[in-house]
Amino acid sequence: MPLNKDLKKVLVIGSGPIIIGQAAEFDYAGTQACRAIKEEGIKVILLNSNPATIMTDVDIADAVYMEPITIESVVKIIDKEKPDGIIANLGGQIGLNMALALDKAGILEEKGVPVLGMPLDAIYRAEDREMFKDTMQEMNEPIPESAIVHSVQEAIDFANQIGYPLIVRPAYTLGGTGGGNCINEEELHNIVNRGLKSSPIHQALIERSVAGYKEIEFEVMRDSNDNCITICSMENLDPVGIHTGDSIVAAPAQTLTDEEYQMLRSASIKIIRALKIAGGCNIQFALDPFSKKYYVIEVNPRVSRSSALASKATGYPIARVTTKIAIGYTLDEIPNTVTGTTTACFEPAIDYVVLKVPRWPFDKFVFGDRKLGTQMKATGEVMAIDRSFEAAFLKSIRSLEIGLNGLLLPELQEVSDEGLRTRLQYADDERIFIIAEAFTRGFTIDEIWDITQIDKYFLKKLKNIIDFALALKDKALDGETLTAAKKMGFSDSEIADLKGIREEDVRRLRREKGIIPTYKQVDTCAAEFDAQTPYFYSCYEQENEATHDPNVRKVLVIGSGPIRIGQGVEFDYCSVHAVWALRDAGIKAIIVNNNPETVSTDFDTSDRLYFEPLVFEDVMNILEEENPEGVIVQFGGQTAINLAGPLCRAGIKILGTSNESIDRAEDRERFDAMVADLGIPRPPGKSVYSVEEAVKAAEIIGYPVLVRPSYVLGGRAMEIVDNIDEMKQYMETAARVNKEHPVLVDKYLMGKEIEVDAVCDGQEVLIPGIMQHIERAGVHSGDSTAVFPAHDICQEIRDKVVDYTTRLALELDVRGLINIQFVEHENELYVLEVNPRSSRTIPFISKTTGIPMVKLATEIMFGKTLRDMGYQGGLYPEMGFYAVKVPVFSFNKLHQVDINLGPEMKSTGEVMGIDYSLDSAIYKGLLAAGVEIPEQGNIVATIAERDKPEAIPLLVEFGRMGFKITATEGTANALREQGIEVETVKKIKEGSPNIVDLIREGRVDFIVNTLTHGKKPYSDGFQIRRAAVELNVPCLTSLDTLKVVMQGFQTGSRIGSENAQIRPLQEYLAGIKK
Amino acid sequence: MPTLNKGYLILEDGHVFQGTLMEGSKPSSGEVVFNTSAFGYEQILTDPSYAGQIVVMTYPLIGNYGVSSRLLEADQPWVKGFVVRGLNIGEHYEKEEELKEFLQKNQLACISGVDTRALTRLIRNKGTMGGVITDSLENLEEMIRKARAVVPPPEGFVRQVSRKDAKKLGSGEKRIVLVDYGTKKSIITSITERECELIIVPADTPARDIMQFSPDGLVLSNGPGDPGECDYAIKAVQELIGSIPILGICLGHQILSLALGANTRKMVFGHRGSNHPVQDMRTGKIYITAQNHGYVTDESSLAGRGVDILFKNLNDGTVEGIIHRELPLMSVQFHPEASPGPVDTAYILDDFIENIKGNINFAEIANKPAV
Repeated sequence: MPLNKDLKKVLVIGSGPIIIGQAAEFDYAGTQACRAIKEEGIKVILLNSNPATIMTDVDIADAVYMEPITIESVVKIIDKEKPDGIIANLGGQIGLNMALALDKAGILEEKGVPVLGMPLDAIYRAEDREMFKDTMQEMNEPIPESAIVHSVQEAIDFANQIGYPLIVRPAYTLGGTGGGNCINEEELHNIVNRGLKSSPIHQALIERSVAGYKEIEFEVMRDSNDNCITICSMENLDPVGIHTGDSIVAAPAQTLTDEEYQMLRSASIKIIRALKIAGGCNIQFALDPFSKKYYVIEVNPRVSRSSALASKATGYPIARVTTKIAIGYTLDEIPNTVTGTTTACFEPAIDYVVLKVPRWPFDKFVFGDRKLGTQMKATGEVMAIDRSFEAAFLKSIRSLEIGLNGLLLPELQEVSDEGLRTRLQYADDERIFIIAEAFTRGFTIDEIWDITQIDKYFLKKLKNIIDFALALKDKALDGETLTAAKKMGFSDSEIADLKGIREEDVRRLRREKGIIPTYKQVDTCAAEFDAQTPYFYSCYEQENEATHDPNVRKVLVIGSGPIRIGQGVEFDYCSVHAVWALRDAGIKAIIVNNNPETVSTDFDTSDRLYFEPLVFEDVMNILEEENPEGVIVQFGGQTAINLAGPLCRAGIKILGTSNESIDRAEDRERFDAMVADLGIPRPPGKSVYSVEEAVKAAEIIGYPVLVRPSYVLGGRAMEIVDNIDEMKQYMETAARVNKEHPVLVDKYLMGKEIEVDAVCDGQEVLIPGIMQHIERAGVHSGDSTAVFPAHDICQEIRDKVVDYTTRLALELDVRGLINIQFVEHENELYVLEVNPRSSRTIPFISKTTGIPMVKLATEIMFGKTLRDMGYQGGLYPEMGFYAVKVPVFSFNKLHQVDINLGPEMKSTGEVMGIDYSLDSAIYKGLLAAGVEIPEQGNIVATIAERDKPEAIPLLVEFGRMGFKITATEGTANALREQGIEVETVKKIKEGSPNIVDLIREGRVDFIVNTLTHGKKPYSDGFQIRRAAVELNVPCLTSLDTLKVVMQGFQTGSRIGSENAQIRPLQEYLAGIKK
Repeated sequence: MPTLNKGYLILEDGHVFQGTLMEGSKPSSGEVVFNTSAFGYEQILTDPSYAGQIVVMTYPLIGNYGVSSRLLEADQPWVKGFVVRGLNIGEHYEKEEELKEFLQKNQLACISGVDTRALTRLIRNKGTMGGVITDSLENLEEMIRKARAVVPPPEGFVRQVSRKDAKKLGSGEKRIVLVDYGTKKSIITSITERECELIIVPADTPARDIMQFSPDGLVLSNGPGDPGECDYAIKAVQELIGSIPILGICLGHQILSLALGANTRKMVFGHRGSNHPVQDMRTGKIYITAQNHGYVTDESSLAGRGVDILFKNLNDGTVEGIIHRELPLMSVQFHPEASPGPVDTAYILDDFIENIKGNINFAEIANKPAV
């Protein structure tokens, strides 16, 4: 069937903010979807609240609504835009859930707008556990014995029938939120209780655990003519029991015979046909390692994280094809963009191995529960491609950027054999390194299999790596050995460590012997056809396919690697825009990155894509192969910046701001000297190298002080320290973070935090606007709610911001972007931090001003001036509306992580609220971030002593607005003194029923909790905050946020009402020009 | 890290690919072809259609699950050599031996560590070539000459691999004769599984001998080499057309085409893999099929032979299946029995049996209007 000609306008539902379980893959998918529709001449209307995405660029969709993804927003958009259909299967679980919500509310029928592609019935049957079970039983596809429960008692009754182990899966949740494995009644009780609460329909599936089975996934595609193809098979290294998002995954499946592969492929096709899914679908199976017995575990009737991986692993554009199917095409009518000659109706053949390894946030959340299970915890992932399993595996470890060049984790050498065994029993994020350590000590494959149930095939591969490493130690590093090591995937740096020499020696030796990588193309067809994809990976083979014309101008852009806290999709946004700017300027753009979820790793984004680790060796190899005129490090976050020095020293030209300037901004001593010369105030501070020095420095500066290791990313290990005891404690735990670099001790100045992004051409500095944080300084800027333009600073400060920014950028000779953070403290402006590179607010600023910041920065690198491009220095005029960036957290995925905000970044994503009034913009932002504070109900407040003067008046105000207030004794007394009626509740140590009991009983609608200092994971406040997260009760820890919420209520909860306006970004921006 | 023996694949155009020669490999020569399946190496190795060929696997990890005799397509491998990037140690509950042990036991030449992608690209561009697997580059010129001189055995590949006596298998109300041009075991089992009596006869069985079995249907199997060389088979099929329902598979399809008076031609590098899309020209539906052939029926030569093209390859438009408009004749270039490969077209075997039983009429399928 050809294109559906009735479609003139289509509404695409995006996935909203990045949270654990729903990451950048939906930017990649959504962007492909919008483009696939737009190129047909159909108008694209987009609803997505996430500003850090390519998808929400005004040239990707015809109308971009950056509004909360709620029924109300969709209804308003439908009324205003009158779309002919809705596409919901590219916006992750958010998109699917929205389609169902619209259907249940009768809106689709009422408005006469169909959901395109994916039949609603398919979504219901795949998502609703009971319907799923019935559907699978009807077609005789086996699923584990299970029961749908709505109460803990029902779960226990079922367990009494079939026994343990069991798995709990709450219905309609992301990334398995609230689920878990249990082996006894007590565990079952706890998990079901939590799971039911995290399920929007208060339902969970209890099923027989098939832990230990092989976990196999298929990506399947079907069109309206019932043509079905499988794109890719994948096998989880970790057997069933660990969420696939937290599993190391290999593609294609590694341990199946053809018979087994075809059995599961046929089952996949049978299922997608029975569900009548149109488009891409992910199906997960559990396969008994000792028979042909299998179970269907899950069907995702949408584009998913796995489909992003499958797309990048094979080159097959799943999101694009899914979209084309949704708007009417059949597979044979869609051209294969890879070969240019065949159609999309084929199954990719690959001639390499792909590995995906998750990136976990436990470097940030040192107290977090690292155990892996059915609830996903990884924030991002890396992918590596090579011609052997071992090489792909080692590449993926390098790509993680966790400071490892191989499988040997030095800390584990201190763990006893028994300790290793114990840790292997429960999978955690370091499992693979524990296995490696065990092999170095002579543990056998059988022994490790016995504990982990990881297929012996994979264990043999890991052992090969370790055996090779151990043998290498005692061998002369001749050409043959070195070649073998490189083929096996060992990095120069690991070879150097094993041989006790320097990385540069290995590199030199290798080059002398002509042992350099070859690059192979990813072409979907194992070289059977000539392909057009400029998509390459390295390996040590005979033939290099990455041939190129030496006379063409070209530039390498370094990407930002896996999504992690502090370095999210916004840096991919910047990398992609840099690539586009280069292409516009007629320069060939080459990108290197290893994140399969992103737009930057789509093969048609750049002129050439290298899927490689972002470490010196691999990047340098590409540079030597391509010999571009320079490399751009400004846009790839700290990952790229960290490469600037080594590349510069290797003689590579860093385009834009020089490495020297980067160093001047990052090196504490040099930075201090510079600001002193410029006469720009900064909080007093000192670099210290020992506990004694730290204590002394803090006494001179005066508490509270802000402490952090130098060279930070996302405020890692940064803390506000109030006294000498806390200082000692901090220095003892954090000094380990970075031995070579000192710890910085700065005066903590409480005040308004102000942030700017600017672009400088060496002569002038354009400041698109000034952002002000709602939370006072001390909360990491990534976790702060930022208002643009600044709503509450005086002209004098504003002038100083412009003046300081301009002078700092010019002094650093910035050619491109610069981000500066200030604090206004007692009417004085202090500079806190200067980053001569793109920041996480660049997409937000670019979108809200219409100034293409990355494009300007990129063109400046090639000699253009701001004036050449129609801009000039100074502060850009304000535009009469407010945009508010609100952080989004994934605390419900991470157990034992405290949710209070501080200098260490914790958010995983962000949303934007936009409107002409500030209150409305803030309200929209909070709503989009999922902070749904009820308009009435029961507030529970526990306020630290020093916050009481500020908090009490706010709570009094809430009391007057009709909220019922409950508080622990101290806070309650203070409120009573103000004449507010308060119920007193016991603290935890005072016995039951206490404050946490109250939360668990569902009697609390919203919590205000400010924290006492120190990272004590079992404090009352911690337990209150965790209970809030686990039971989905809004909890505010910042009084600044509380104040804004209160103002929102006072000026108008009307925002959700009929008067509330929604407008596309294009409309706001057109207003500026007027 | 034991010292490895160097091995070489020398092609007739002078290209040399270096790798590691498996211990026990003897020098060997054959036509070099590539297969893009990631699964089913043991079935490929034992598929008699590969007789005389050196098979290159494009997927770099081979041997992952070892070898189980249950899954072999013939009692012995017919390939002349095996070229892989990585020869893996396997792990599987059904594994009886490692792939390497299987190769050694069958005295096959195997080199691993080869840049099989470069080799595949070369074959893709230049076409299949003769090649020699050897342990030394001395006498390179002679090796190249040897690679050029790869020829079929005097009796032809088909008679080399075909069984020599008729054999009866299975039971059922209908009796099917399978002509063994080099049949895979899975064709045999896919017929006996459908509850038919099966008589397998040698490739050169004359028509009247076949008819003496009073079959209800005839299946022409897959097999190696150039169908044009099987004049005896073409003649037999010519005599049988019209008197009995016939299903041709792969070489069987080509022989049926030739028997109908059409032509076949050699392809540049053929179709070998598990991912080939074919379109049913009646319904527009697409199926993913397993394929293994180096020759193809020439589309233009089918005009006026009473047949319609039933399937075409979606990638290159070549003929993938024909159906006769009046007689119960149908043949497919791909492998409905899969093994290895997808079983999407297994229904073709069902249809054939149903046709014999009188439940489906081929002519009706043929005369359905094309979409």
